[in-house]
Amino acid sequence: MSRYCSDDRWVMTAVDATYWQQATRAIAAGDATLLSLWGEPGRIHMAVFDNAIVVISLDCPNGLYPSVGASHPPAIRLERAARDLFGLDPVGLPDARPWLDHGANPTAYPFLPVEGESLHQIPVGPVHAGVIEPGHFRFTADGETVVRLEQRLGYVHKGIDRLMHGATVARAARLAGRTSGDSTVAYALAFVSAVEMALGIAPPPRAVWLRGVMAELERVANHLGDFGAICNDAAFTIMLAHCGMLREGVLRCAAECFGHRLMMDCVVPGGVAADLAGDAPIRTLIDAIRARFPALVDLYDKTASLQDRTVGTGRVSAELARQFAAGGIVGRASGRDFDARRSIPYPPYDQLHFEVPVLHEGDVNARVWIRIKEIEQSLSMLEQMLNALPTGDIRVACEPHRSAEGVAMTEAFRGDVLVWLRIDEAGHIDRCHMRDASWFQWPLLEAAIEGNIVADFPLCNKSFNCSYSGHDL
Amino acid sequence: MTPWRTLARTVLARPAAAPVPPVDRETASSLAGRLEAGAQTPLGRSLAVLHIDAGSCGGCEVELRSLRRAVYDLERFGVCFVASPRHADVLLATGPVTRNLVEALELAHAAMPDPKLVVALGDCAVDGGVFKGSYAIAGGVGTTLPVDLLISGCPPAPERILAGLRALLEANARSRPGISSR
Repeated sequence: MSRYCSDDRWVMTAVDATYWQQATRAIAAGDATLLSLWGEPGRIHMAVFDNAIVVISLDCPNGLYPSVGASHPPAIRLERAARDLFGLDPVGLPDARPWLDHGANPTAYPFLPVEGESLHQIPVGPVHAGVIEPGHFRFTADGETVVRLEQRLGYVHKGIDRLMHGATVARAARLAGRTSGDSTVAYALAFVSAVEMALGIAPPPRAVWLRGVMAELERVANHLGDFGAICNDAAFTIMLAHCGMLREGVLRCAAECFGHRLMMDCVVPGGVAADLAGDAPIRTLIDAIRARFPALVDLYDKTASLQDRTVGTGRVSAELARQFAAGGIVGRASGRDFDARRSIPYPPYDQLHFEVPVLHEGDVNARVWIRIKEIEQSLSMLEQMLNALPTGDIRVACEPHRSAEGVAMTEAFRGDVLVWLRIDEAGHIDRCHMRDASWFQWPLLEAAIEGNIVADFPLCNKSFNCSYSGHDL
Repeated sequence: MTPWRTLARTVLARPAAAPVPPVDRETASSLAGRLEAGAQTPLGRSLAVLHIDAGSCGGCEVELRSLRRAVYDLERFGVCFVASPRHADVLLATGPVTRNLVEALELAHAAMPDPKLVVALGDCAVDGGVFKGSYAIAGGVGTTLPVDLLISGCPPAPERILAGLRALLEANARSRPGISSR
């Protein structure tokens, strides 16, 4: 095995099959954490967290490699996806069904067999009732109680991995920013950080801090939206109305400060696209949210009919959250104390004071409270960043001229985004893999709904708010 | 603050809805012409919209949701979102139309009663956008369904979506004498 790139936080290594299997055993035993698994022609990669991020790569010229999913279930969907996209066959994987590739006859997909008296099935999607993304949920219910949920995803598979191949860094950054539109800042940031790491480029300090400002604005906007939408799914529409107004304030502030409501294409390789002319709109926004948000939290906490729906609903056990390395809200509401901003610190967060809220109940209510607490933390971080915003340039040249590899992880509002990429000699992207937090959260939704009533699924689903597009790629 | 005070203030507060933006007259005229030319039966003064994400990154959905919240309050214009294609006058599709969704999109459109309109929302829905050329997409809503209105943008801001949908209302009303949208 040869180690060819490392710094404090990352190690990238080519390994043989024996080492690969040792790593698999360590992951299955819980001694290390699986972060992702992805392929490219003739080679399979795995990212593991073991105090640092370790990327191990195994050549498989005959297209075969020892399955990780056979002993560690969280890898199953990743292996099915790698088989669909690159024809790499995981030896020993019990599930032979495709995942992202729906083939010529999409309705022929074999769902897991269900047997038992008085069970019925409810198929939902991919065309949904609300303004949401498409996926299929196959519920098996015994009366009102869900005994199994099986998801089928891949409907929004756009072939992003292939589009990345041969793309210039600038175009690839635009693609990365459209992998999951509600997390465009977090994705663009993860992508450009991986590029900058690969090329050894340091963006100017002001750009780094402005990226932080954008990332926290994005988090606040999304958490506010989720808070309102979860309550709305319990028919408590007043919260949706109030949170909707606060959220609109954030999007308008982003447009005023950075030129785009979602801040798409604002984080670019080498820096940021637009400078912050003045911080007054953001300070006004912080004051407005602080003035109005506590009353909404109070309303949430003291409305018994709402609490009746969220408390105890859709529990995810700490053990499952740990095994699946569930990131973001889902993990932190079930006792998994991981936040990329603190666990694998990247600037500017290494210079900010903030707490990472962790709860242990694992229910819808806990996931609501994680969001509430994170909004408060983000407002504090925004203030800290505005107070200490460095002056100077906002962008340096970023023109790749040699082959290199890079990896980066950022904390999006729903959890950690991992990006690994290789740049070829012409300076184009050769391979870019992006792993959304949803990969490890979607399977836990199947577990969370078990034993709950069908009518509580929207609540559970919204409290997860997984990305379809970020997962389907 | 007690929850009751929050509730009371909400009820007594002035509406948060923004002033009514102008209708995009140019789009409305061209649409009216097309609707008449197509001998399309007008749908009346309000439109029931079915949203289908045909491969969007989720950005357009963010702005569609903004449009439904208190600030833009889409329903005051007579445009409401419905859950079933059986109830829909307008199919509003986002995304570059992934191959995995072509069939669902076609089935949903076929399930809508006539007369019906199709709106392609966002750069991806217009022509595939940033995903143009991918093996996994059909490349825009027009490749799969007859499109009546294109609303570009990545994603289009709520004001822009609103202008487009109001143009649709206006054109629809104009193609039937005696009925006008407000």
